[in-house]
Amino acid sequence: MPQHELILLKNMMQPGYTGSLADYEKTGGYQALRNTLGKIAPPDVTAMVRKSGLRGRGGAGFPTGVKWGFLPKDYQGPRYLCCNADESEPGTFKDRQLMERDPHQVLEGIVLACYAIGAETAYIYIRGEMVLGSKILEQAIGEARVAGYIGKNILGTGINADVWVHRGAGAYICGEETALLESLEGKRGLPRVKPPFPATHGLYNKPTVVNNVETLANLPHIINRGPEWFAAIGSPPKSTGTRVFCVSGHVKRPGNYEIPMGMTVRELVYEHAGGMRSDKPMKAFIPGGASAPFLTPAHLDVKLDFEHVAAAGSMLGSGGVTVMEEGTSIVWAALRLMEFFYHESCGKCSPCREGSSWLVQTLRRILARRGRMEDLETLSDLCKNIAGRTVCAFGDAAVAPIQSTLKHWRQEYVDLINEAEVANLIRLEPAGRH
Amino acid sequence: MLKDKYGKEIEEILSRYPVKRSALIPLLYVAQRDQGYVTESAMHEIAHLLKLTPPQVYETITFYTMFNLKPMGKFHIQVCKSLMCALVGSDTVIEWIKAKLRIAPGESTADGLFSLSVVECLAACGTAPMMQINDDYYEQLTENKLDRILADLRSIGTSPLKSGPFMWPEPLNVER
Repeated sequence: MPQHELILLKNMMQPGYTGSLADYEKTGGYQALRNTLGKIAPPDVTAMVRKSGLRGRGGAGFPTGVKWGFLPKDYQGPRYLCCNADESEPGTFKDRQLMERDPHQVLEGIVLACYAIGAETAYIYIRGEMVLGSKILEQAIGEARVAGYIGKNILGTGINADVWVHRGAGAYICGEETALLESLEGKRGLPRVKPPFPATHGLYNKPTVVNNVETLANLPHIINRGPEWFAAIGSPPKSTGTRVFCVSGHVKRPGNYEIPMGMTVRELVYEHAGGMRSDKPMKAFIPGGASAPFLTPAHLDVKLDFEHVAAAGSMLGSGGVTVMEEGTSIVWAALRLMEFFYHESCGKCSPCREGSSWLVQTLRRILARRGRMEDLETLSDLCKNIAGRTVCAFGDAAVAPIQSTLKHWRQEYVDLINEAEVANLIRLEPAGRH
Repeated sequence: MLKDKYGKEIEEILSRYPVKRSALIPLLYVAQRDQGYVTESAMHEIAHLLKLTPPQVYETITFYTMFNLKPMGKFHIQVCKSLMCALVGSDTVIEWIKAKLRIAPGESTADGLFSLSVVECLAACGTAPMMQINDDYYEQLTENKLDRILADLRSIGTSPLKSGPFMWPEPLNVER
């Protein structure tokens, strides 16, 4: 296996590492905080993060430093940081590991981000199902509070930053940043129309930054070792650093693997995840969570960074790599994902609310051998009328599995429909000939 | 009344937010913990506490799948059926549970012990197939493991097979 340095998973890979404050401090934890608060001006911290090239690890991949830079500089009232820990993208399970195994790494990142953007309150919006994760975080916050890393007058610098854990309650859409804010305000998690963006009108209409868990966990390392060090890792200049890729599906060793961006899918799947689980070859894979279009084995040498995956017609998204072996029904797989999107559509925009149910019905019909050739046109047509016509990116995500499988495996749809015609059509001669 | 029983906790929750309504979901969790589901009177009380109208509480609670509006079994089994779990056998797990407990998704056993739900992705795709029972995750399920979990729950009310702090693969696996 190729050797490379782990950044985010390094601590937890050490035998006996518990993620306690004492353990974290032993590995140099909270040094970044000590060296930053009151010593580096907040705008300079933002500049460092911008220079590092760090991009959001939640899905959209927006440059973190640039996002911070959008906050109004002269605004006097409160600002907020929200840590997006609503990890719900099917295929993704990295934030759970980062929070449960090394919570202080995340917390240090949160306090650093608070300092950089001038927020005195941060909320960790964690998905409701992760009860254990929320308990671990709360305990870690308690430890950090006692040690003076969180709360009022941090390390005697006069800087305040309080951190609270807020559990969601089972809605995928709350990972969308404005839906997250609505949910945090105690409402239904319906995404907001943008603009205005959260940078100016976020939580309680105040300037707000929403960052993913993995994004924030990178911050202490960027501060400690410098933005130049970080910017040289991975696939510079646009995809710097490592990613924790979550491999699932038909592989020998599914799980979380931290690798520098720019490694190929082939290396990730065949070297790290041990290759296919049986002698069946790979049929398809999804490179970045359920929202990312399917790719084929012809794309195995695509580099796992933002540009190359996008150029191949998919997206790096949340880093959830799902592998399917030969013999998996592609139409069935697309249906499973479509059922997810149908279940999770928040219902705000008609194209997504109505269209997602029509897509599920059409796919079920085809799979039940009751499809017609026109259904292929119906599917494409529905997809076109959902993507780009909704308030948030959910609409585009929901049609990705269908559009991409129609593109690469159209024949499978056609075969199922042909079976339907053979099985179900009673062909009658035109009347009058008998 | 929740306020009499959990006064201190409620006060602590309210202190975290500058706007009261933000405490709605946390308070609904308190109510659900108390009865196993959120009762109508709890919704009224929470509305009163947060200076909301009861419909405002109801519109929020009905958006989120984790709140129960009717009594549930003592152990609420939720099996993930999303693609990543389905690829490695979650449908079989659901069939096992249906056969062993003789209930369909959405139903509870007659003794009130188990309820079964089939749900979407719970972020444990690398250790699929998986299920959540009340607050705990159970991963890498096999029929044998499932039998042991159900037996544990019946006898001692919890199971040592539940997941601890998550990491997969374990360091040893990575070193090979």
